[in-house]
Amino acid sequence: MIAALLRRDLAQFFPFTGSGAALPVVFFVAVAMLFPFAVGPDANLMLKTGGGVVWIAALLAAILPLERLVARDIELGFFDQLKLRGLAEEAMMAVRLIAHWLSFGPPLLLATFPAAALLKIEGETLEILLLGLLAGTPGLAAIGLMIAALTASLRAGAALSGLLLIPLALPILIFGAGALARMDRISLGFVAAISLALVAIAPFAAGAAIRAAREN
Amino acid sequence: MQAPPPFLAADNLACRRGERLLFKRLSFRLEAGAACHVTGANGAGKTTLIRALAGLTTPYAGEVRREGGLALLEERSGLDPDLPLGKALAFWFGLDGAQEPDGIMAALRLTDLAEVPVRYLSTGQKKRAALARMVSQRAPVWLLDEPLSGLDTASQGLVSALVQDHCAGGGIALIASHQPLDLPAMTSFAIEDHAPAEEEA
Repeated sequence: MIAALLRRDLAQFFPFTGSGAALPVVFFVAVAMLFPFAVGPDANLMLKTGGGVVWIAALLAAILPLERLVARDIELGFFDQLKLRGLAEEAMMAVRLIAHWLSFGPPLLLATFPAAALLKIEGETLEILLLGLLAGTPGLAAIGLMIAALTASLRAGAALSGLLLIPLALPILIFGAGALARMDRISLGFVAAISLALVAIAPFAAGAAIRAAREN
Repeated sequence: MQAPPPFLAADNLACRRGERLLFKRLSFRLEAGAACHVTGANGAGKTTLIRALAGLTTPYAGEVRREGGLALLEERSGLDPDLPLGKALAFWFGLDGAQEPDGIMAALRLTDLAEVPVRYLSTGQKKRAALARMVSQRAPVWLLDEPLSGLDTASQGLVSALVQDHCAGGGIALIASHQPLDLPAMTSFAIEDHAPAEEEA
């Protein structure tokens, strides 16, 4: 049942195949493209700030898929039908987390190459940026899932989820972008640790949230 | 080893919606082969009862006991609106290990609609699709919330026939509907009979 559910979730959320489309990734590259236009093509400035811009773009791109991540399937009665078949909400949310990250993390990492080229990021900086995003995006996905599940039954949920994600994502952003400023890999370890903790908590928090959403 | 016979029972069930108590001291027990019709006006608490019986919400008081798998038909079909009907149903058929899904689709006159995205289906067509999902589940206990709404006369007859077959095969069906239903050996109760007195509500 888990495998069938993962296939279905991936088909729903994967860019290009699913109805979710590639919007977050396109948005991500678009931000990277706009930045040089806004601040001018100073190579030194770009090298210093470009990595931070990519991180902010990644953070904003993480907000985009949240609206349809959980709320739609609650309205469909999809989770209820799975529940009747004996699947725990935690398992549904763990599968959803994997599908969400797969449809958003790897495409974002790939899109980092063109984005980095636009911002003239290369060499070791690019390497640390990619490693940081690899370590940080699962955490962003986990925060996103928890927020999407918590706000699913609220009318203004979509607008609220963007606001909620930003403060919660701050630790990832600080260590991830901080690693670029100091070119140190120890910060990346912190990013990975934060991500790991978030990924471990998210299925339980999101599962409890969709259970609670049924009661009203 | 044979599975124990299915049953569905409620003991002194009470449910609330928001702050309002909808019904209380509701008790019944349905054995294999039983069909039960729950009547009540809109807002009387039929859907609340069904969801409590399904174990999706926790009742305010009392207890639901059940033996055997559960299938639920409600307003929400659980079918992906963006997918063609055939694919949306195939997900549930696969999950439930449905036998002869083509036969079920044909019986519910869905074969010609297989390529149509679910969101373009009419209310009645969606309901028939949800019925197909429910039949293929082969669960002994059926909970149906307004199964007749949106259906034409022919399809309403189809629902009665499906429920009748299900109960004849030892299944249990609890049907919440404000529309009249005609099934042999069907019991029925009105949810309003269990409504709390005015001062308690």
